[in-house]
Amino acid sequence: MNKYFQKEMETMPVEQIKTLQEEKLVKQVKYVYDNVEYYRNLMDKKGVKPEDIKGLDDLHKLPLLCKDDLREAYPTGLLATDMKNCVRIHSTSGTTGKRVVAFYTQHDVDLWDDCCARALVAAGATDEDVCHVAYGYGLFTGGFGLNGGSHKLGCLTLPMSSGNTDRQIQFMMDLKSTIICCTPSYAAYIAEVLKEKGYKPEDNHLKAGIFGAEAWTEEMRRDIEKNLGIKAYDIYGLTEISGPGVAFECEEQKGMHINEDHFVVEVIDPDTGEVLPEGSKGELVFTSLDKEAFPLLRYRTRDICVLSREKCSCGRTFIRMTKPMGRSDDMMIIKGVNVFPSQIEAVLLNENYAPNYQIVVDRVNNSDTLDVYVEMKESDFSDKVKDMTKKEKHLQSAIKTMLGISPKVHLVAPKSIQRSEGKAVRVIDKRKRLGINI
Amino acid sequence: MAIKQLSVFVENKVGSLVSVTDAIASTGVDIRAMSMADTQEFGIIRMIVDDIDTAKAKLEEKGLFMSVTEVVGIAVQDRPGGLDEAVKVLSDNNINIDYMYAFISESKHYAYVVLRVDDNESAERLLSERGVKLITESDISKM
Repeated sequence: MNKYFQKEMETMPVEQIKTLQEEKLVKQVKYVYDNVEYYRNLMDKKGVKPEDIKGLDDLHKLPLLCKDDLREAYPTGLLATDMKNCVRIHSTSGTTGKRVVAFYTQHDVDLWDDCCARALVAAGATDEDVCHVAYGYGLFTGGFGLNGGSHKLGCLTLPMSSGNTDRQIQFMMDLKSTIICCTPSYAAYIAEVLKEKGYKPEDNHLKAGIFGAEAWTEEMRRDIEKNLGIKAYDIYGLTEISGPGVAFECEEQKGMHINEDHFVVEVIDPDTGEVLPEGSKGELVFTSLDKEAFPLLRYRTRDICVLSREKCSCGRTFIRMTKPMGRSDDMMIIKGVNVFPSQIEAVLLNENYAPNYQIVVDRVNNSDTLDVYVEMKESDFSDKVKDMTKKEKHLQSAIKTMLGISPKVHLVAPKSIQRSEGKAVRVIDKRKRLGINI
Repeated sequence: MAIKQLSVFVENKVGSLVSVTDAIASTGVDIRAMSMADTQEFGIIRMIVDDIDTAKAKLEEKGLFMSVTEVVGIAVQDRPGGLDEAVKVLSDNNINIDYMYAFISESKHYAYVVLRVDDNESAERLLSERGVKLITESDISKM
């Protein structure tokens, strides 16, 4: 059994990784400057030329990119190659509803697949495994990402997508799935349903799971491991950079190795943008080194993490990141979907509501819930319950259209949502009580 | 002909109803009839009072959210089948009743029913053609 998918890269001495990164970086900066007008303008504004970037030490001179840039450049402003060279898009939501679209050439898909294959091998998978992919397939990167990695490795791939738990379980049992990939909350739910159906943890054939796309705790990991009888591995990624597989856990389960041959990682102070020394807690910033279609340089993830270069007993030399400890913006991840309060506010204003609302997020039976409390308008009030329920349903579907997930909308009396002196408390995330780093 | 009903929005929690009844009590207005619709989240208190303007002003002052709607009031014979006759005529003519509530007064012969329908005029016309006695605001204040 191979311990690594691409041993040469994954165990390359750190000095060599850095040399490789430098070579790729110099080329990539020139490529982006020549092909992406949006980023060229940012560099020009900052007075940086491609030739100023001679190595990793010069990286900090480049302008930072954030989600707002991606929104502004929507849909093709950051595309570095002809659309005809692209083979796929994926998409994630932006701050005010405008989506972020990421493009991929075949080369980009290949390198992403490699990253996911590395994650699968690190979780103990080989080409003999049956890989059950229960992440959603579609614009979301989860399903296609792990699907690609599983193919590349030569596993029998079950493209289950999410939902229809009875069918998931039937296939899992009948086809003897050995690796499962989904969100941790869905894994916990599947475990629950298996138990309800009378299965014991040893009845399934699973040996490992790769779980990502949302925040989860060590306690949740232990529960899933116990209830499914598997080892549970974390995976990290974001659509803007490629998708899941930017970083992955190894058998040590102590932080995720970042695929440094494809991505350079920095940690910055989220307030000043200043690069922080290794081991400091700060915001992760990624630079993609060899993507063709959507090569972002210095993209701010808003995820707060700590990096560690400490030697890992798995033999991989790639730097490790902790699970994100929080975010430097107000984005929430609900059911694996990025949600900004501003998106909900935009819907309310569009429907002529005053911006007096409160968002309550919780996790009930291992599934995220989203409740939106909205102060009603005079015209909303009716002496008929039917009419009021209709208004709630209407708002509910407008928010669903914006976010892609269903909220529960509650119309409340005017002035009943507490006003605060300073910043309004728009969001109450009760998942925090479960120890989940949102 | 229709009578005015006051509908007040309250949260479904302890003390909501008291905030309304307390305010009305302080004005000396008499509540003739009342019904409550409840959902898990909120309730709607519907009332027929003998002085709607005073009641409304007081509730507004208390910051409560309300509306005034016109409803149909009828007096049905207080005997088996009395209500059935009235409801049947609406059903036969395809008029939907959103909600209704009944109340009695000192009269031994009649029970009073408040009906919420979409088309008050048609309902009133059909009911009176059928010989059902409609009640007016002045009837209410005399009760």
